[in-house]
Amino acid sequence: MRRLALVALLAGLAACNRDGGSDPAQYGANPQLPGQQRALVPSMKIADPAPWGAERPVVPEGYAITAIATGFGIARQTLVLPNGDILVAEGRGGGEPALRPKDFIAGFIKAKGTSQAKSGNRLTLLRDSDGDGVYEGRTIFADKLNAPYGLALVGGQLYVANQDSLVRFAYATGQTRAAGPPAKVTDLPARINHHWTKSLAASPDGRFLYVGIGSNSNITERGMPAEIDRAMVWEVDAATGAHRPFATGLRNPTALAVQPGTGQLWAVVNERDELGPNLVPDYLTSVRDGAFYGWPYSYWGRNVDSRAQPQDPQKVASAVRPDYGLGSHVAALGVAFSTPAMGARFAEGVFVGEHGSWNRSRPSGYKVVFVPFRGGRPAGPPVDVVTGFQGRDGRTRGRPVGVTVDPRGALIVADDLSNTIWRVVPVRKAPAAEAPTRPAAPPRSDTPQASAPY
Amino acid sequence: MAASAAGRPPRPIHPLHAALLAAAPPLFLGALLSDLAYGASAEVQWSNFAAWLLVGAMVPTGFVLLWTLVALICARRGWPLSCFLLLLAAFVLGLVDSFVHARDAWGIMPAAPILSALVSLVALAAAWAGFASLGRGERR
Repeated sequence: MRRLALVALLAGLAACNRDGGSDPAQYGANPQLPGQQRALVPSMKIADPAPWGAERPVVPEGYAITAIATGFGIARQTLVLPNGDILVAEGRGGGEPALRPKDFIAGFIKAKGTSQAKSGNRLTLLRDSDGDGVYEGRTIFADKLNAPYGLALVGGQLYVANQDSLVRFAYATGQTRAAGPPAKVTDLPARINHHWTKSLAASPDGRFLYVGIGSNSNITERGMPAEIDRAMVWEVDAATGAHRPFATGLRNPTALAVQPGTGQLWAVVNERDELGPNLVPDYLTSVRDGAFYGWPYSYWGRNVDSRAQPQDPQKVASAVRPDYGLGSHVAALGVAFSTPAMGARFAEGVFVGEHGSWNRSRPSGYKVVFVPFRGGRPAGPPVDVVTGFQGRDGRTRGRPVGVTVDPRGALIVADDLSNTIWRVVPVRKAPAAEAPTRPAAPPRSDTPQASAPY
Repeated sequence: MAASAAGRPPRPIHPLHAALLAAAPPLFLGALLSDLAYGASAEVQWSNFAAWLLVGAMVPTGFVLLWTLVALICARRGWPLSCFLLLLAAFVLGLVDSFVHARDAWGIMPAAPILSALVSLVALAAAWAGFASLGRGERR
């Protein structure tokens, strides 16, 4: 307990330091957007990986974190099944050809900050049979997949978004292994696959699946034709596989989540690089049907990025502003709606996994934050939930990706550097005070409230 | 025959030294033309060509720069200092131009064609200074 308090204090001090720095406030509905910078060499800091050893990620007082499994073929996203089993999507996709002298050099440098593990291309199932928080069961649910990433369960169907296709397994509660190879729902855009991760969410009625498809470049440097069917969210008919663009101009929608109660689709999106350390803020946004979010022509509404040519003033004029800035280069890769079982502080809002990125001399991200909601909309600054992925020695021990909320009151965090699944739980004072196995609170009202006061 | 008018034989040039000195200007010029084609078409493949042509130009520029430096230091009848300084300028400009070409898409504009034009001229001047000095037989 004393150690926890100390850790919380240190985390608080670190937060003070950061706020005392010169970084502009870039969270919320109106992030500060400085002028564009084009340095001769972009500012960068590549993660310097180190093993965890005796170190552990840091969580707020009143919470505990444990590693429930490790040794994955690169752990990306997780899904908590109705019986509490956890599915872990493992893999590494991409593999675009190097096109320019820069691609050889940047590819070599950036690879130093990521896992060296072999791509698992599989789903691993973790089971805690007796509910003690120790996941003693581990089976390979399905293998021979192609860089699986997004996961969604709709009734008896488990949908998996590979880097090149959306597939479906039949699933019955308690199953530990898929009965056979999956059925294909539809092919997904996979040529070049610069941003290869295919995020996934299902509509509340299960009729539609939403697939996040990242752009094929930072800012069209592989040519405009490479961006056909990229940087958008597809709506896929689960029954037929027919699809249409649901929202466009989303550079890299790395995680999707459907808001409980409202059924509204939300996404975290990674914005463009090489405009300076404080551009462009990554964001959390509700995804509106038919909306265009700017990429590649503009960012945060109508801020023109002249690197995309030929320009399209009409598209710029139609670009909508995202709902909530998370900060530049935090590389948000996971989003999940919370439940009251996570404790009063985190009862309403979303958890966001921030992987951290390269394009900043003082790294941002490398943590999990909580964005509080009120009346179904983001309200207030993000709160650190899991930190300490970068130690005070400057070395990086983990990088958070997918976040998932177990309705029984646990936050599951996938870490793709140490290939660990972390589990954050509120520390309970007495067993009698345990939360029920289902979220108890009814969903909040559907009516959107006035926007946040900041 | 003409060279003996000054009473000295012409200074010889190593064939490889000559090849390196002559290699850079057309490659820099190729980068310039590719930059101009990108500027006219916004077709990124032209900027990829330009980036690789610059790499191609920087390799002989680097080697001939070193060679000329060694020749300046060691040889009694060496190379003109102007040739070395122009090569040094071409190398620095070419390096800056290469970093500019590492930017994404239209981010290389308008610096890329300006720098490529400058470095083409400087590399041509360096080759001119180097070869024009051959007949003179000694350092000015």
